[in-house]
Amino acid sequence: MKRFIGFVKKEFYHIFRDKRSLFILFGMPIAQILLFGFAITNEINNVDIAIFDKSNDATTQEIIHKIAASKYFSIKQHITNEAEIETVFQKGKVLAVLVFEKDFKKNLTKENSAKVHIITDATDPNTANSITNYISAIIGSYRQEINKNVNFEYQIETKSRMVYNPELKSVFMFVPGVMTIILMLVSAMMTSISITREKELGTMEILLVSPLKPFQVIVGKVIPYIFLSIINAIVIVLLSIFIFKMPIQGSLFLLALESVLFIITSLSLGILISTVSATQQTAMMISLMGLMLPTILLSGFIFPIASMPLPLQIISNIIPAKWFIIILKGIMLKGVGLYFIWKETLILAGMTLFFIALSVKKYKIRLE
Amino acid sequence: MSISVKNISKSFKTVNAVDDVSFEVKEGELFGLIGPDGAGKTTIFRILTTLLFADKGTATVAGFDVVDDFKEIRNHVGYMPGKFSLYQDLTVEENLTFFATIFGTTIEENYELIKDIYVQIEPFKNRRAGALSGGMKQKLALSCALIHKPKVLFLDEPTTGVDPVSRKEFWEMLKRLQQKGITILVSTPYMDEAALCDRIALIQHGKILQIDDPKEIVKHFPTTIYDIKAANIYKLLLALKEYKHSYSVYPFGEFVHYTDKREDFNPQELQQYLEANNHQNIKIEITKTTIEDTFMELAK
Amino acid sequence: MKNNNVIEVENLTKKFGDFIAVNAITFEVKKGEIFGFLGANGAGKTTAMKMLIGISKPTSGSAKVAGFDVFTNTEDIKKNIGYMSQKFALYDDLTVKENITFFGGIYGLSRKKIEEKRQLLVEELGLQNIVNELVGALPLGWKQKISFSVALLHEPKIVFLDEPTGGVDPITRRQFWEMIYKASNNGTTVFVTTHYMDEAEYCDRVSIMVEGKIEALDSPKKLKEKYNADNMNEVFLKLARG
Repeated sequence: MKRFIGFVKKEFYHIFRDKRSLFILFGMPIAQILLFGFAITNEINNVDIAIFDKSNDATTQEIIHKIAASKYFSIKQHITNEAEIETVFQKGKVLAVLVFEKDFKKNLTKENSAKVHIITDATDPNTANSITNYISAIIGSYRQEINKNVNFEYQIETKSRMVYNPELKSVFMFVPGVMTIILMLVSAMMTSISITREKELGTMEILLVSPLKPFQVIVGKVIPYIFLSIINAIVIVLLSIFIFKMPIQGSLFLLALESVLFIITSLSLGILISTVSATQQTAMMISLMGLMLPTILLSGFIFPIASMPLPLQIISNIIPAKWFIIILKGIMLKGVGLYFIWKETLILAGMTLFFIALSVKKYKIRLE
Repeated sequence: MSISVKNISKSFKTVNAVDDVSFEVKEGELFGLIGPDGAGKTTIFRILTTLLFADKGTATVAGFDVVDDFKEIRNHVGYMPGKFSLYQDLTVEENLTFFATIFGTTIEENYELIKDIYVQIEPFKNRRAGALSGGMKQKLALSCALIHKPKVLFLDEPTTGVDPVSRKEFWEMLKRLQQKGITILVSTPYMDEAALCDRIALIQHGKILQIDDPKEIVKHFPTTIYDIKAANIYKLLLALKEYKHSYSVYPFGEFVHYTDKREDFNPQELQQYLEANNHQNIKIEITKTTIEDTFMELAK
Repeated sequence: MKNNNVIEVENLTKKFGDFIAVNAITFEVKKGEIFGFLGANGAGKTTAMKMLIGISKPTSGSAKVAGFDVFTNTEDIKKNIGYMSQKFALYDDLTVKENITFFGGIYGLSRKKIEEKRQLLVEELGLQNIVNELVGALPLGWKQKISFSVALLHEPKIVFLDEPTGGVDPITRRQFWEMIYKASNNGTTVFVTTHYMDEAEYCDRVSIMVEGKIEALDSPKKLKEKYNADNMNEVFLKLARG
């Protein structure tokens, strides 16, 4: 035990003496959260739009009024013919034009279905997408309102993206993703680098020749990073709560447990990487290309999994981050308990066991 | 026997790194493996320190088998690998404490053994290992390898890349350690260090060329070596190689080492040959055979 | 440049902040000479050599290499010298042939000239069977012989060798020195930086640097006589230990 403690102590020396890495370790989560929260945002505010109301009846007026009342849009102008749509876009005056069909109210009441076109300036696809979503959402809520008073459904097609994020704050959607990436990076990359560094230095030979057991070396390497990752997770959650006023709906205790599970998953991946790479450089490349990229691209963090081609959807299942993001969103945004996420938790736990078993099997008590 | 190696072979892909090597090291002996880079020295060290399995053959260290009793060996040997460079970001004292702890001991417990060496670096004990000079790093590395009082010490090219002053000091330290009863197996590419060992094995391309006391090895050189010098060394080399009786011609520092095929070689004759070839300031003298001459003869 | 000197150094100094790495060194090297530049690790050898090959600007003093000033004409110096170090010699992942073509190319040799040189080199070193093999697969001794020849491809006036023969087997090492003697016989100046004292024995003249200063400069024979030593190693020990 004394040997083991001595080893862990040495690992902490390494970490705390490398000021640059330490700065990255703790600066990164803060920078990323702030970046995603403030700069790279899907949120829209006071977007100028134009209205082309061919119907001009009580219903369209009500909808227009609702849109104008929201803080997301301001109605810049009303246009009266098709040709003008082109002109307003070209002049860059508005980012979207809302076109109500003729006899909107009549169609809605008589045929139970009415059409509204949202035409957006797609030079900035993200914003265009958000505008469409926001307007659809507003119309959708209007539809719900009027449906309350009648015993049959009026159809105005909308999406229901607002349900779990009623204020439409995009930072809420990013927090689980950023947290996943940071934990993955710190745990997997840092461990694999710190193990391969010993190989490069030649000290690994000494450790192997010493009575220290391989299992002690691995656990000793991992403990400091579990500790650092937990601190990182706490920092991220605190930032989200206090800077972005993000309410954590579910149990903090469950959140902590799931995070520790994911940290261990990532660490076991890190150990696995170190068993197959001889140099720090290789370890870093494998961590970045093999872990970071799939985590960013295929986990559903930035690109929704549902809209990926089928092969990628299947591949996304083997990305641990996908499951952790589902768990995080569940706990943080939906406030669900273990009952709803046990399946994901089980998958993650299974992966962890697999990686640990594999790396123990691959870890050599001798050289090649 | 402290180390016993019997018919060990090891190959990597197509290269025979170690080819049927056998030798024995007595208790308390300072034994040298002498050979250039790529001769197989490091592979032998790794097999003996249980880091590699041999393809063929058996070996014991301190009475333990390198395969079956590898855990015992790991408790009883000290090892300084070739490219070993300690933890640069830890201080001198932290490095030493760390190695003491993982071997389950303390600096105080075995201070007596490393005292001679450690006192020289103790004034810098709070300095990071990365900031030490080459010679001091080497002393620290030796202290770390000794801290658990090993029965056998394995030093793989400890003096490579170290300046002459530190090299000399290092060998003096080894001599003192030997007197404390530690068996030492050391490897080096420097032929001049061979003379400092009790016995040596000359090794090249994975094969042992000869094993003996360094003095004996030199004594057994089959013929007499002459130092030859002339104004233009390059032309001298060419002329000697063309000389029909020449057996070996090697540049050797400021001289050329020359051996002749004939038993009854007369230097006077060679002198005349060289003079006839317009060489000036010719000097021909019998010289002492060195380990390097023997090595070249055996490796030829 | 007057007389026969290809390197002339006077009071050359390099400071890093308060630390004087090279302290007013003065020496000259003659055409075709094999000059050994010795010193322990950290004595200032590398810094001094970097100034001579034009990649580090001196703090003060003056030096001319191949007739060019190290302050103002570093580009001309680079064209007129060859360089070979034990740490970096050739690209392991290129074949012998590709290495030759590449290094010939960066010194601006014409295609025809490179082809000519390559054939000559293959013949002299007996590379016929390995010319299309990756350099990484060759033994160390071969690599060093080839990289020395490559350093001479553009027929430089001076070739700088940084610890050229460390770790090589004794026979290859002799072959290497024969190549150096040959280059020197052809009028190329050879400047060897090393801390291996046995390499020093082969040089025409050696300088020994201790703590930034040149403490001794003469032929190995005279140095051995002066310090009453059997070999250069002892000379060095006596100098370094004071």
